[in-house]
Amino acid sequence: MPASTDGSAAERAELAFRESSGRAVATLARLFGDIDLAEEAVQEAFAVAVERWPRDGVPPNPGGWITTTARNKALDRLRRETSRLDKETEAHSLLAARGEPEPREAGEVRDDQLRLIFTCCHPALAPEARIALTLRLIAGLQTPEIARAFLVPEPTIAQRLVRAKKKIRDAGIPYRVPRAEELPDRLPFVLAVLYLVFNEGYAASAGDGLTRGELCAEAVRLCRLLAGLMPDEPEVAGLLALLLLTEARRAARTAPDGSLVLLADQDRSRWDRLMIAEGQRIVRECLRRNQPGPYQLQAAIAAVHSSAATSAETDWAQVLALYDQLLAIAPTPVVALNRAVAVAELDGPGAALPLVDELDLGEYHLFHATRAELLRRLGRLDEATAAYDAALARTANEAEREFLRSRRPSLFSGPSDRPASGPPGDC
Amino acid sequence: MKQYLLAVYSDEAAPMSDEQIQASFKAVDEFNGQLQASGNWVFAGGLHPIADATVVRAQGGKVVITDGPFAETKEQIGGFWVIQAQDLDAALELAAKGSEACGWPVEVRPFQDVPEA
Repeated sequence: MPASTDGSAAERAELAFRESSGRAVATLARLFGDIDLAEEAVQEAFAVAVERWPRDGVPPNPGGWITTTARNKALDRLRRETSRLDKETEAHSLLAARGEPEPREAGEVRDDQLRLIFTCCHPALAPEARIALTLRLIAGLQTPEIARAFLVPEPTIAQRLVRAKKKIRDAGIPYRVPRAEELPDRLPFVLAVLYLVFNEGYAASAGDGLTRGELCAEAVRLCRLLAGLMPDEPEVAGLLALLLLTEARRAARTAPDGSLVLLADQDRSRWDRLMIAEGQRIVRECLRRNQPGPYQLQAAIAAVHSSAATSAETDWAQVLALYDQLLAIAPTPVVALNRAVAVAELDGPGAALPLVDELDLGEYHLFHATRAELLRRLGRLDEATAAYDAALARTANEAEREFLRSRRPSLFSGPSDRPASGPPGDC
Repeated sequence: MKQYLLAVYSDEAAPMSDEQIQASFKAVDEFNGQLQASGNWVFAGGLHPIADATVVRAQGGKVVITDGPFAETKEQIGGFWVIQAQDLDAALELAAKGSEACGWPVEVRPFQDVPEA
């Protein structure tokens, strides 16, 4: 037991661990061909680190320390388990051939991490399992942290992880980076996981808090990692820009009382200028590459919003033109709904409502919220009230519910005198 | 190499036309030839309809025999391949070709043990 525990040293140890555990798990998974073993060994190394680092200080190369310590733990474990004798022999010859796993070629570390990312996001795994595995193995989050972030009981997440790792092992899901010709099919699954992690943090689907910031920060961190690993993939850059430009608005998106603030009503001085600058720079690079994709176009739309000093100065014609492009390559009803919001700003609610009414989105709360807002602006208050109620029936997020209730026209007070603005989908 | 079962799930209530059947036989034959040439082939077979199925339950020396399939579901196993492949990605690639050839969805299931070749 250390004589005294230094809180900040403990925090530094935890941060350093989280920063490097993904790399260590990836390297060990390759060395031993066994994710469970890799993960358990890295956990054991973590246990040693949280005991030693606050006392002795974080080593100069925490990543190398964790990989080496975990590798030794894994070898100890294999020696204890005779049933894995063949693996031990294999691992020994591998290690003997390679020497110490650190320091290694940067390219090799990069490949280890990419391999594990593509394994975690393999389409043969259930979508919720892909998310849990990515947060656990790549981001280095602990199971209770993932459970809290997704408001799911801890045993549920633990079971998801166990089942997913069993399937990886039993079904033979490989550790490998897809070939160039496979990438167009496989990369979207990886990007979707990062997008969903961010979205879960940004628009938490249930509970009191509107945002669970840690998930957003993790998604940005993972996307930055992926963008570094795959610098030639414009959609990876596009997703990073989209996440940065959206994350930049997070602080302005909630009022001090925790309620939702629409994009049009946000205090733009609270937007994070550094993140916006980085996001806009990436969007400009994407435009130069001229290989547009869904994430790049969404990022470009976010960039247009972020460059308007006030809501009134928004270049809605540009936004609409980008939505037209997005709808052409990703013709989904949700994109059509967001496009209709831009139409409402340019040509008025009367032009947008028929575009919304034809969409098959009856179970999506923002569909009803958008209809409600357009009907309200058209003065069709009874229909607006019914649409707000339909939206309320379809979201469990308290901040969004409170917002919808506040917009719902009162039967007694007549039309609201609040300034009309965009629906909550656009904030 | 791992072994995988590629099970073809067909809907007997939605029969194919004679031309479709002929085309699918031809495509499956070609696919079987490819499997044999690439070394992925272990075994394959098409099955008679569920009307010809019989279920046997035996416990403690007591045998109960009933007519019909085990489960009355819309989609039934109509045939299968047993293949050997490097990993799941390789198996999925072959399953996609098999599905294209036979015109039905294919379920990929890993075998528990690979018998020594």
